[in-house]
Amino acid sequence: MSVDTETVARIAALARIKLGEGELEAMVPELNGILAWVEQLGEVDVTGIEPMTAVIPNTLRLRDDVIDADPLTGGGKRDDVLANAPAAEHGFFGVPKVIE
Amino acid sequence: MSGLTDLGVKAIRDGVAAGEFSAVEVAEAFNANVAAASALNAFIVATPEAALDAARATDARRAKGEALGAMGGVPIGMKDLFATKGVQTSAASHILEHFKPEYESTVSQKLWDAGAGMLGKLNLDQFAMGSSNETSYFGNVINPWRKSDSNAALAPGGSSGGSSAAVSARLCPAATGTDTGGSIRQPAAFTGISGIKPTYGRCSRWGIVAFASSLDQAGPMARDVTDCAIMLEAMVGFDPKDSTSLQMPVPQWEAGLSPNLKGKRVGVPREYRMDGMDEDVAKSWDQGIAWLKDAGAEIVDISLPHTRYALPAYYIVAPAEASSNLARYDGVRYGLRDLPEGAGLQDMYAATRAAGFGAEVKRRILIGTYVLSAGFYDAYYTQAQKVRTLISLDFKNAFESCDVILAPTAPTAAFALGENTEDPLAMYLNDVFAVPASLAGLPAMSVPAGLNRDGLPLGLQIIGNMFDEQGVLNAGLALEQAAGFSARPEKWW
Repeated sequence: MSVDTETVARIAALARIKLGEGELEAMVPELNGILAWVEQLGEVDVTGIEPMTAVIPNTLRLRDDVIDADPLTGGGKRDDVLANAPAAEHGFFGVPKVIE
Repeated sequence: MSGLTDLGVKAIRDGVAAGEFSAVEVAEAFNANVAAASALNAFIVATPEAALDAARATDARRAKGEALGAMGGVPIGMKDLFATKGVQTSAASHILEHFKPEYESTVSQKLWDAGAGMLGKLNLDQFAMGSSNETSYFGNVINPWRKSDSNAALAPGGSSGGSSAAVSARLCPAATGTDTGGSIRQPAAFTGISGIKPTYGRCSRWGIVAFASSLDQAGPMARDVTDCAIMLEAMVGFDPKDSTSLQMPVPQWEAGLSPNLKGKRVGVPREYRMDGMDEDVAKSWDQGIAWLKDAGAEIVDISLPHTRYALPAYYIVAPAEASSNLARYDGVRYGLRDLPEGAGLQDMYAATRAAGFGAEVKRRILIGTYVLSAGFYDAYYTQAQKVRTLISLDFKNAFESCDVILAPTAPTAAFALGENTEDPLAMYLNDVFAVPASLAGLPAMSVPAGLNRDGLPLGLQIIGNMFDEQGVLNAGLALEQAAGFSARPEKWW
């Protein structure tokens, strides 16, 4: 499978990355080179093989159902959470107007 | 005392504890080396005061007769992928350029708790995506090593290129690295130092800027195996804040170090001996086999039949996870925001990410988005994850007949800056020997084995079974003692 300019433009839109005209053109052969190379995986016989879900056998833990069990990642951290926001306003994240 | 900067982790820790010199003297000596080495561009931010503060605290504890900790008095470099409270954590990207975390990563906190101090934040490939440190927004790191007949600037390896250059140039006795597909081992090999990636889950990923979460592991980079064992012990341990953290006790790796490999079986994978292999790399591998045999090990021929599919599987799995992880950079919560005149929310996202990510990061996000998109997911991503299972099974079968595996770390010695930047695939091939162990989550380390025809260091890689860091370190120690590697880059910076 190979990608054309239109497909790369669609992927870039899905990834929310604006690509300029020249950037888009340059990306097409690069992505095709990589995709052609990874396609050799198709020749591997994977009959009866499950896709990997955990690299080291491990079970996902459930934390205790306690409020603020870890004070660092619990609640009450509004100012810390907003400290690096490019546009924090009135205790909220500021975003451009989204109502058309 | 310039001699202090020639000391490693163990020598500094023991010397400070014995009162041979103070932690402040050590910190001052390394701070001076960092300040004088801007030509290497190894540090993005230097934090001499943080190093001195930690050193003063260590000296004060010693004065009171208190225990100094496993890293007491040792100043280290911190890869700029670890969140450090109040200190810029950029991942070498523009999008996080002014990001100052309100919290500390688990691994860095453990190191500070063990008595280490921070000399600064080390340069890396942007978001750890690269094998030469040429994708950093803050410029290339220069390898302190040069070919014997040329002054051309060489790559320090990547992604932990600032870490490798700084340790090799004696700007710090040790540094943190992270390894997603070879990012500790390959730069260690390129600069004549040691580095170990532990079993996936040993080091908490909490507070490490995420690249590919099923692969990312932190580990130490230092000038010898013992220093790696000491520092690794201080970095690992169960962390409830990382859902994949291993709930296991921390082994005493330093105490368990032994170069005697009597009764151990060392596997040599035949698929790693590739056509057109660099002659010096092949020679150093053969030498390594002979050394481990001399150390008492039995050498076993093994097969890892899916080796050639590891890299292509990695370049589906890692970009797929990256495209998901890097979705968080949206210009809203932290980092850069680019808001063109009159732009709406969607335009703001796209403009911010266009301005904030470098070319290689964009390339990988696009590949990842494509292989996860509707209609292609099974053909690419599911197939790659099945191949990953097969690669893991290859290792499982191999460890039936051997205890550790010996292989080269990288296919060549350090290459020139710019040599591989035109062709992304040529760059990716650097990690051909490193990626299989990453895909299987196994512990693996690189130790310096000697110099090639150009006077550049070559590394040998030891891969161990899951949880067997001790076996890896011990085989590494046997190689180290046999190699007697004492070469160091001539100071030109």
